[in-house]
Amino acid sequence: MRWAVLLLAGFLGACSLGKAPGPDLAVILAEAPAENLSDYGLFSDITAARPAKGVVPYSLVNPLFSDHADKHRFVFVPEGEAAAYSAGDVFTFPVGTVLVKTFAFAPDMRAPEDGAFRVETRLLIHKEAGWTAFAYIWNEAGTEAVYSPIGGHRTIGTVTPTGVPLTINYAVPNQNQCKTCHQAGDVISPIGPKARNLNRDGQLDDWAARGLLEGLAPDAPAAPAVFDVSLPIEARARAWLDINCAHCHKPDGSASNSGLVLSATETDPVKVGIGKRPVAAGRGAGSLFQGIVPGAPDRSILAYRMSSVEPGIAMPELGRSVPDPEGLALVRDWIAQMETQ
Amino acid sequence: MKISRAAWAVPLALIITGCLPKAEAPGPGTPSLPPPLSAEGDFGATLQAALITARPGDTIVMPEGTFSLADPLSLDIEKVTLRGAGQGKTVLDFAQQSGAGEGLLVTSDDVTLMDFTVRDTKGDGIKSKGADRITYRYLTVEWSGEPDENNGAYGVYPVESKDVLVENVTVRGASDAGIYVGQSSNIIVRNSIVEFNVAGIEIENSTGADVYGNIARNNTGGILVFDLPDLPVSGGNSTRIFANQIQANNTRNFAPAGNIVASVPSGTGVIIMANRNVHVFDNAFENNRSAQVLVMAYSLPFTDEAYNPLPRDIVVRANRYAGGGDDPQGDLAPLAAALGGTLPPIVWDGVTALPGAEAPVDVNLTIGEADDVGFLSLGIPAYPIDPAAIRPSAERPAGMPQAEPAAIVLAQDGA
Repeated sequence: MRWAVLLLAGFLGACSLGKAPGPDLAVILAEAPAENLSDYGLFSDITAARPAKGVVPYSLVNPLFSDHADKHRFVFVPEGEAAAYSAGDVFTFPVGTVLVKTFAFAPDMRAPEDGAFRVETRLLIHKEAGWTAFAYIWNEAGTEAVYSPIGGHRTIGTVTPTGVPLTINYAVPNQNQCKTCHQAGDVISPIGPKARNLNRDGQLDDWAARGLLEGLAPDAPAAPAVFDVSLPIEARARAWLDINCAHCHKPDGSASNSGLVLSATETDPVKVGIGKRPVAAGRGAGSLFQGIVPGAPDRSILAYRMSSVEPGIAMPELGRSVPDPEGLALVRDWIAQMETQ
Repeated sequence: MKISRAAWAVPLALIITGCLPKAEAPGPGTPSLPPPLSAEGDFGATLQAALITARPGDTIVMPEGTFSLADPLSLDIEKVTLRGAGQGKTVLDFAQQSGAGEGLLVTSDDVTLMDFTVRDTKGDGIKSKGADRITYRYLTVEWSGEPDENNGAYGVYPVESKDVLVENVTVRGASDAGIYVGQSSNIIVRNSIVEFNVAGIEIENSTGADVYGNIARNNTGGILVFDLPDLPVSGGNSTRIFANQIQANNTRNFAPAGNIVASVPSGTGVIIMANRNVHVFDNAFENNRSAQVLVMAYSLPFTDEAYNPLPRDIVVRANRYAGGGDDPQGDLAPLAAALGGTLPPIVWDGVTALPGAEAPVDVNLTIGEADDVGFLSLGIPAYPIDPAAIRPSAERPAGMPQAEPAAIVLAQDGA
């Protein structure tokens, strides 16, 4: 009986009009990744990248800086299921969930829609065996993206959001590099979809109303917007470090051995870097003696490594090949206004 | 005679395969290898693809040749062996590397790396993190040219791992440590050559290490056993350093300032700092110009309440010493100058007080050497150094030798 159904499904799948529009759970949950992004059915029109029914765009309070890429995020949760709310951790998403992130650029990032082109789309899929990450690289025409386990490079000429002309040697991460940032102990995990990062403009209520999220508490925490100057600088800088660094610099992350913990919830000043001496930094320490020297950004390894684009010195190690002047200025200002000890 | 399971399994395998249609016969004791990866095209992409698509149990063979790699490599599949055609024959050259902190990163268990060279990485050479039962064997990691502070920090860099085997490895030019094992347990580093690094071999914040049969020469410091504060794993203890040749580690200190090894005086053979139950014996020390053996406390301020900055239960015995101590460098230079300009083979800073505490602690230092082997306690009561309080003494402390840790046994060590 069962194989008859499968045979029928295969028969229907083989003929074009049999394929239902929308996300294809069989493809999503297959052990191997699909060759083409379009195979998942996540978009109703792959060239326009209009999300299919059930695929919901979302945004974060503070995005991670990735060489000025304009990121478009979508979430798909299988129909009839929902993510479980958590106040502090990443929400618990059901098997079959897909988190979609497309990295786009434009010739002038001050007008990101003008002549925009997509470079890669990353899928984080919750399979039966756990989360797995896959990168798809778009073709020049922007008509299809192909699974690229070994990543790739693309040279991009653009003008930054602050009007600076810039050539970027953009790197699409390979399969293992995806894990470097998404590691949580022995498994991989989403980074962004926590209450504090999603809690903006009624987004959490919207998720709950759509049935994407269950158990939403009325007092959900919210990260401070890092560039909202009306907010205290310490909270903004810590929020910036949280979203840009803490995926590795956490106790069960890739940089655990450094002892530097940059999660916004860390309360030990030394773990955050204040007065902390370098351990395995080598020349990354820049001949400086402490991670953060209160009042002295020029003597703080944290700011030094953020300001560099040189491999072996630059932090983050992955995903940033050009400076992030706004993030650097924020962290420097925070260090500068700290009371000297 | 002890016969291991592996030894009698081989004849059995030969008998079984002997019944099959004759394939190319593997050499005695060496399983047949898959063909090497193609050297054509973008070798970095070919190799990285192989490292991603490997299945547990696979061996990936790299061809002979020098390959320029623009991107770092990584392996996250367990039970994979990556091997080349030999040290200096398969060369992965990272001079053109962009991005990432090391040349090759291993994050899976039961991996063997053997028979290749990694050259001129921008950061560390080969790093393995959380990679239990890893084997580094017949590898060379080197930075070309003169020792340079812009060289990567560590050559071979296992961290946060259990059961680490490093053997027959050569590391040159690391601006921190050639072979660095950190925050790990059950470690063997043997039969390796480390030269022209700042630290030759460093065992740091680790428990249970045997370091033997190595040649540590022309580094700034030969072999270091440290414990540092403010790390997820500390309380390093139980290391044996024996039967090594520790010679002329007189290269200038070229570590970038700020790193802990930047304070290593050029010309030190072995340094034991803030570690417990360390045994140094049967080594040959020659011509380390500052001191052949230096035992010391961690000298900087710290807030880590679980951290003990003193060396404890240290045994130095039955080593051979020639030359050395004739031109002390770094922080030892002014101290030596006040004592006539030279230092004996074994030097202890003499610190016995925990920071902020008045009462001295018995650090239990045992010097089990012939009477004619010189010893000096610098007689520093505590850090920071107060010159007026220094009370040097040539009298050996009356330590009670701590029982030597048992030999490290590793599952992957078939030898």
